[in-house]
Amino acid sequence: MTRPEVNSDLNRGASLIDATPKQQRNTLALWLSRLEGPQTLGSGRWFWLTLALAVLAAVIYPLFVDGWTVGNTAYFLVWTFMAMGLGVIWGYAGSLSFGQTAFFGLAGYGYGVLTLNFGAAYGFTLLALALSVGLAALLAVVLGYFMFYGRVQGVFIGIVTLSVTLVFQAFMAQTAGPEWAIGAARLNGFNGMSGMPPLTIPWPGGDVLLYADIALYYVLLGLMLVVYLGLRMLLNAPFGNVLVAIRENPERAEMLGYDVRRYQLLGFVLGGALAGLSGVLYTAWGQYITPSSMSITAAALPVIWVAFGGRKDVTATLIGTLVMIFLYQWLTIYGSQYAIVVMGVILVLTVLFAPEGIVLSLMRWISARLASTGGRP
Amino acid sequence: MILRTNGLCKRFGGVHVARNIDFGIEAGEIHCLIGPNGAGKSSLFRLILGAHRPDSGSILFKDEDVTHLPSFARIRKGMSVKFQVPGIFKDLSVRQNLVISFQHHLHGHDLEATIQRVLAFAGLEGLEDKAAGTLSHGRQQWLEIGMAVGVEPKLLLLDEPTAGMSPEETRQTGEMLRSLSAQGVTILAVEHDMSFVQQIADRVTVLHFGEIFAQGSVAEIISHPGVADIYLGASDE
Ligand SMILES: Nc1ncnc2c1ncn2[C@@H]1O[C@H](COP(=O)(O)OP(=O)(O)OP(=O)(O)O)[C@@H](O)[C@H]1O
Ligand SMILES: [Mg+2]
Repeated sequence: MTRPEVNSDLNRGASLIDATPKQQRNTLALWLSRLEGPQTLGSGRWFWLTLALAVLAAVIYPLFVDGWTVGNTAYFLVWTFMAMGLGVIWGYAGSLSFGQTAFFGLAGYGYGVLTLNFGAAYGFTLLALALSVGLAALLAVVLGYFMFYGRVQGVFIGIVTLSVTLVFQAFMAQTAGPEWAIGAARLNGFNGMSGMPPLTIPWPGGDVLLYADIALYYVLLGLMLVVYLGLRMLLNAPFGNVLVAIRENPERAEMLGYDVRRYQLLGFVLGGALAGLSGVLYTAWGQYITPSSMSITAAALPVIWVAFGGRKDVTATLIGTLVMIFLYQWLTIYGSQYAIVVMGVILVLTVLFAPEGIVLSLMRWISARLASTGGRP
Repeated sequence: MILRTNGLCKRFGGVHVARNIDFGIEAGEIHCLIGPNGAGKSSLFRLILGAHRPDSGSILFKDEDVTHLPSFARIRKGMSVKFQVPGIFKDLSVRQNLVISFQHHLHGHDLEATIQRVLAFAGLEGLEDKAAGTLSHGRQQWLEIGMAVGVEPKLLLLDEPTAGMSPEETRQTGEMLRSLSAQGVTILAVEHDMSFVQQIADRVTVLHFGEIFAQGSVAEIISHPGVADIYLGASDE
């Protein structure tokens, strides 16, 4: 039966989805379905609606506060990449690593050395970002290769990675003398490096300098979303399934035909590169980096965030990290020693009462409630 | 011959788990491996799969030397295994267990079709969203056999596939193995239950103290004078 011309004209603007050609609609649905799966919590209309509202709130937030506060909030976002990376290594692939801060520090120093030598013109800071993240990934390849192909397992991965981090810190701390310089960049020992340019985006009317302000906040927010959604896709793809299989039973994973060590290495490098990204963003945000970024406290903090959030889920990791960093900064007003003790107490409480993570336990509880009420909130 | 070992030796301290084992499996047969506890049956499995490295000797699979290949590479060449100890992912759903087992060679509709086939074959319909560890022991066993069978292996290695099963389940497992064999899958199974061995085996190898003690058809092994003795001897210990 053919419908009259008039009707189909009237219907044209009725619905965005109906108006989309069928082929395109299927492609869209396919891409959306890839964001969901057994390896990440959260699916369906309500979840994505909640996420969209959260993003909207984050987008309009700078309208209500001053630039300094927005820049400070951007600082929270800086750390989420390192935490999500640890989630991949520890939560999904099952290897507890204290090495994230080593990759963070290496990439941070890398950005400093490169930009202090070559400046910020022609978008060089973006190249420096890529090179520094690449450097962190390279260290992760080397370290991961020796660990996984050397059959280092379980708690020894934690010990080896922590040792590497602390050796790196000790090394950087003794570079105070003038002989410790790479080109124009003095390493400056315990005082660290400073004065490097912020991320600079080349723009026709004049470069945009991303100081700790609203523009940087939006860049970081966008980057965080891209990484978060990208990880959701990757973790629900066959790659993520294999990581989880390795976490649950490495011998079985091998006996199903997976090159376990290669997958462990890939997960470790991905996580390390994300830590490197955090390191560069941190250095560019505050224009300084010191060896204390690789201290034993700094190495323990990401583990605490991820444990608190819930290592086996990227969303829980992200939320938990933001909550913990906010809490940490707020507590630091009363003294940083005090803040560290509270972090430790939270870790102990998490391990005792919600070993899968506090945020993850809450999310599971909420989704169970929603399921029992038939999906209505 | 689909699989062949030449002079395979392996010892753990003073224990010889494999002594100069020359062993072969013909393509298409169901071969049962029997022997008293501690004879080295599971160890031979682990050697064949590369979970143990032999001290000496070599292993040929489909006429190719795989002695120095890692386990995953041997699996990719067409081996598939269910070990004696349960090897499912207990905290993951039944479906996840199957997806992980098959995703490296099946995708999309083929993957889904195989999952449905294995669910039906293992009697797990309706349970696919349950955590595998919450299934009954028998169902876990079937799930694992399903994981091993669904990859359509050339050589299927099963270490005590009927352990803990009821007589009826055991009989069904036997039928299932015979029908797999009819489809061209070669099977090597470790088994204690002699009536099950009689039901399925084309040939039997008896291991004793890491050595091949006897080899032949089921009838030959049953009438072999020494075989009953080693079982009795083992139970005297
Ligand atoms: N990794 C190991 N380290 C040391 N000894 C081992 C190891 N694996 C097996 N053994 C020993 O080797 C011998 C053979 O063990 P294996 O598991 O192969 O026997 P089996 O024939 O499968 O016995 P069962 O019928 O009880 O399963 C046993 O004495 C066992 O204790
Ligand atoms: Mg055994």
